[in-house]
Amino acid sequence: MEHIRTTKVEQVKALDRFSTSNKSLTGTLYLTATHLLFIDSHQKETWILHHHIASVEKLALTTSGCPLVIQCKNFRIVHFIVPRERDCHDIYNSLLQLSKQAKYEDLYAFSYNPKQNDAERLQGWQLIDLAEEYERMGVPNSHWQLSDANREYKICETYPRELYVPQVASKPIIVGSSKFRSKGRFPVLSYYHQETQAAICRCSQPLSGFSARCLEDEHLLQAISKANPVNRYMYVMDTRPKLNAMANRAAGKGYENEDNYSNIRFQFVGIENIHVMRSSLQKLLEVNGTKGLSVNDFYSGMESSGWLRHVKAVMDAAIFLAKAIMVENASVLVHCSDGWDRTSQVCSLGSLLLDSYYRTIKGFMVLIEKDWISFGHKFSERCGHLDGDPKEISPVFIQFLECVWHLTEQFPQAFEFNEAFLLQIHEHIHSCQFGNFLGNCQKEREELKLKEKTYSLWPFLLDDRKKYLNPLYSSKAQRFTVLEPSTVSFSFKFWRNMYHQFDRTLHPRQSVFNIIMNMNEQNKQLEKEIKDLESRKNKQTDGVPTKELLHSIHPESPSLKTSLCFKEQTLLPVNDALRTIEGSNSADNRYSDYAEAFSKSEPAVVSLEYGVARMTC
Amino acid sequence: MEFAELIKTPRVDNVVLHRPFYPAVEGTLCLTGHHLILSSRQDNTEELWLMHSNIDAIDKRFVGSLGTIIIKCKDFRIIQLDIPGMEECLNIASSIEALSTLDSITLMYPFFYRPMFDVIEDGWHSFLPEQEFELYSSATSEWRLSYINKEFAVCPSYPPIVIVPNSIDDEALRKVATFRHGGRFPVLSYYHKKNGMVIMRSGQPLTGTNGRRCKEDEKLINATLRAGKRGYIIDTRSLNVAQQARAKGGGFEQEAHYPQWRRIHKSIERYHILQESLIKLVEACNDQTHSMDRWLSKLETSNWLTHIKESLTAACLAAQCIDREGASILIHGTEGTDSTLQVTSLAQIILEPRSRTIRGFEALIEREWLQAGHPFQQRCAQSAYCNSKQKWESPVFLLFLDCVWQILRQFPCSFEFNEHFLIVLFEHVYASQFGTFLGNNESERSKLKLQQKTMSLWSWVNRPSELSQFTNPLFEANNLVIWPSVAPQSLQLWEGVFLRWNRSSKYLDEAYEEMVNIIEYNKELQAKVNTLRRQLAELETEDGM
Repeated sequence: MEHIRTTKVEQVKALDRFSTSNKSLTGTLYLTATHLLFIDSHQKETWILHHHIASVEKLALTTSGCPLVIQCKNFRIVHFIVPRERDCHDIYNSLLQLSKQAKYEDLYAFSYNPKQNDAERLQGWQLIDLAEEYERMGVPNSHWQLSDANREYKICETYPRELYVPQVASKPIIVGSSKFRSKGRFPVLSYYHQETQAAICRCSQPLSGFSARCLEDEHLLQAISKANPVNRYMYVMDTRPKLNAMANRAAGKGYENEDNYSNIRFQFVGIENIHVMRSSLQKLLEVNGTKGLSVNDFYSGMESSGWLRHVKAVMDAAIFLAKAIMVENASVLVHCSDGWDRTSQVCSLGSLLLDSYYRTIKGFMVLIEKDWISFGHKFSERCGHLDGDPKEISPVFIQFLECVWHLTEQFPQAFEFNEAFLLQIHEHIHSCQFGNFLGNCQKEREELKLKEKTYSLWPFLLDDRKKYLNPLYSSKAQRFTVLEPSTVSFSFKFWRNMYHQFDRTLHPRQSVFNIIMNMNEQNKQLEKEIKDLESRKNKQTDGVPTKELLHSIHPESPSLKTSLCFKEQTLLPVNDALRTIEGSNSADNRYSDYAEAFSKSEPAVVSLEYGVARMTC
Repeated sequence: MEFAELIKTPRVDNVVLHRPFYPAVEGTLCLTGHHLILSSRQDNTEELWLMHSNIDAIDKRFVGSLGTIIIKCKDFRIIQLDIPGMEECLNIASSIEALSTLDSITLMYPFFYRPMFDVIEDGWHSFLPEQEFELYSSATSEWRLSYINKEFAVCPSYPPIVIVPNSIDDEALRKVATFRHGGRFPVLSYYHKKNGMVIMRSGQPLTGTNGRRCKEDEKLINATLRAGKRGYIIDTRSLNVAQQARAKGGGFEQEAHYPQWRRIHKSIERYHILQESLIKLVEACNDQTHSMDRWLSKLETSNWLTHIKESLTAACLAAQCIDREGASILIHGTEGTDSTLQVTSLAQIILEPRSRTIRGFEALIEREWLQAGHPFQQRCAQSAYCNSKQKWESPVFLLFLDCVWQILRQFPCSFEFNEHFLIVLFEHVYASQFGTFLGNNESERSKLKLQQKTMSLWSWVNRPSELSQFTNPLFEANNLVIWPSVAPQSLQLWEGVFLRWNRSSKYLDEAYEEMVNIIEYNKELQAKVNTLRRQLAELETEDGM
């Protein structure tokens, strides 16, 4: 609390970033230890978690006050005008301090208390059990074993303790190979495809330089290809652009030389690095934040940002992987440089295409735990949880979520979860409210004692399961029903609900999805009610009802007395709530959009906004 | 019959048909006067039944004696026929070319089509101007029907009956007609019952360079204003274009002569600019090999979505004047037959709940497009593939349908019809067995005796069996004005039309079916609960007695 000087400011104005009319809402701004809260005159509350704040900017003083612009990691942008500069300065300074913490222990997760006891908390952490997941995949088996080589994090600090390797890979081979791989991240199993007995393995780049080789590493790769009894050759996918991989050779790193490894087919797939991705998204957001954006600027911005091109590249790589397994029955080894960004994207997305389990709510959590959290995707650095190197921040995981969203668009019935689920997960990789995404690898998480001091996100999401269910989900799909998405360029669209999730004026006014979801829910209630009514009816016709039974009917169905003129709505009040239309009140700022559009392009116009007619022609 | 001369080879065996997302089919190709038919050899089922008038362009290629004809349709579909034998192929190609570009309207399919269904309601009489006027006359006495154009003498592109201010007599109308482009004097397009404000439309005033004025014109439009009220004139051209029009005898309303009116210029593109935009868009959508950058840049340079945004913005502005400012408006461009109609009809979609129902939308098309004299025959003679570009070809109506689709996307529960209905309308505007969209105006239609000689599209559409396909299961009548967002992030490519033949829609169709199932099931359950409750209540009262 030492950073908070002013806790409450009144008469603060909040501007809508897409409104062109300078209309604003006036309200009160509160600063708490964890949140910034704005309550407008309609008593609508806007909560902004300090950890969600990406940047705070104080603009030049205007006649109406001091503008404060806050950009959030969940793509919310708020624009306040604080009447007194002093207050604005205080809040600005407080937010600067509060949004950038130096120590993990100061993050929200360590103080967040959802009123659960230790047993419940521990149970929450045990919800996702990766040992169980590997068992589900079908390992260990005669070709794959659980290795205890990394039990003490001695071989690789950024890998989990439990790793699956080919049966014939002995410890010396593993140790030898790990010394030949960046950060010691030697090839291990990521996903075992039971139906084809092919495997997805992952690692980091080899330290091959221009000519170095390592017999143990070559052995390990051979062991992986031999663990596949059907197909002896395997693919090695380097997810980097060829040029980047070649440049790495000069630094003693690089990629596999096909001549040194037997039975490998080497392939570059050309996904750009974290820096390119960071600036790409930045560019996209900049363009889309422009007021009065034209269609042409929107599309040329999309093009020059390259964002959809990158998303397509990730998707294409995942499809390449899935095809190698399904069509050629070949195992695949995936790596990039360190094997924790692009490798995580491609392995997880590939598994999701291959195995319908990962398209369920629980399965998706498992997938994130396995390929992202346990294999050391550096969440804390990539999300900027602590005040650190801004060059480490990159939207790699968001890109994965976006690929999944594109799949849900192409296959509306293949996923048990809906878009809200993806958005909620995105919200929490930045919120630091739960322990799951804190730290950069399992070892670090254990040192932070996250399981003792913080809560796991997953049980909370499961409790809210209803919100995240896809009403159109068809669970009939077989486990190994493969998704074959189209990656023709026109199949990719801008994800408005992610990047403009708080800009409500840009969204459809009625949501088909919500209606169907509620209807599905209502159908379940109705089924129950029918059963109930039928049993009562049977009782009625079977014999004289008891007095209690009669009583129980009356209070629940008051409309029955006037049964001749009842309407469906009176029976089912839920129905009204199903459909809501927004944007029909006069405060709606799209109203001003049209007026702005013409008043800007044409000087000879009437400014309807102010009701004053001005002619200049 | 004349067609026989055009068909040199009526039938070819062993023709292979290629379509995207379907396996190739081998069969027998037959040419008739109006159709190209391919039936597969196995079970004689028709695999393809294509109207010649739907063919926009053809390409032919030869490899040895095997000929290939690529047929590009007005609905943007592209199919390929492999025809053995060079002579057969050439004959077929020249026949298709001739039959798809018949000069005479009376040779077109609607004049030969005999419906296989019973006509329940003759669509030619479904939307009579008198009936439409009754909807207004109950609310206001300020307007009247005028039969001044009965012989199409005053304005060749207007219908025989128009709605004009009560206080203006036909003699004055005659004078106003000479002052407006094409004789299109201001007429009522829409009456907003909520506040009595109106949308009128007309052609441009013929002020010329010397600022000609017409007292009757001023009187006419002033007659629509309440005391002390101002109105807005929305000119769908930029100020520059409107000024240039004066040199050709056209022009715009001078504020000195129309002091109670404020003019707003809201430029909407028209003619060949739209046509080129469509050609570019369809070309971009048809190339599956485009890289992401190229696709986005092609989509951008097509400008199609920019035109969508412009039209929607102008319509929103018009609706805003009516509903928010409480001001009447007059809309015109140059002729008042294209962009003017886009704005007046879209504004009604926004303002008027009735125009969002199936019948109401049909009435809107009938009133604001057909009777208002949008030259369908000229505008929709060719589509995106044809090489012979005529300056009067322009996808104005398709752009309007796309705008309606954009609003439908944003208010998916406020429309009684679904996307399929809009697509079917698009198809029938370009190629149809029905006479509805033939001719350029009511005058031409009456000369062609379409009512006697052809069937109306509405006779078919409004049959219960067809209606069920076009009905939006999510529809719930909504009496509000619906304001769409025109931000580029809110506008989308109409995939149902532009990507229709370029992607498989299997999963999307299945999901739609599942949605319909959930809604149907919900209705079923609700009905069942109600019945059970009623039965239970009856049992209860019996017991009580």
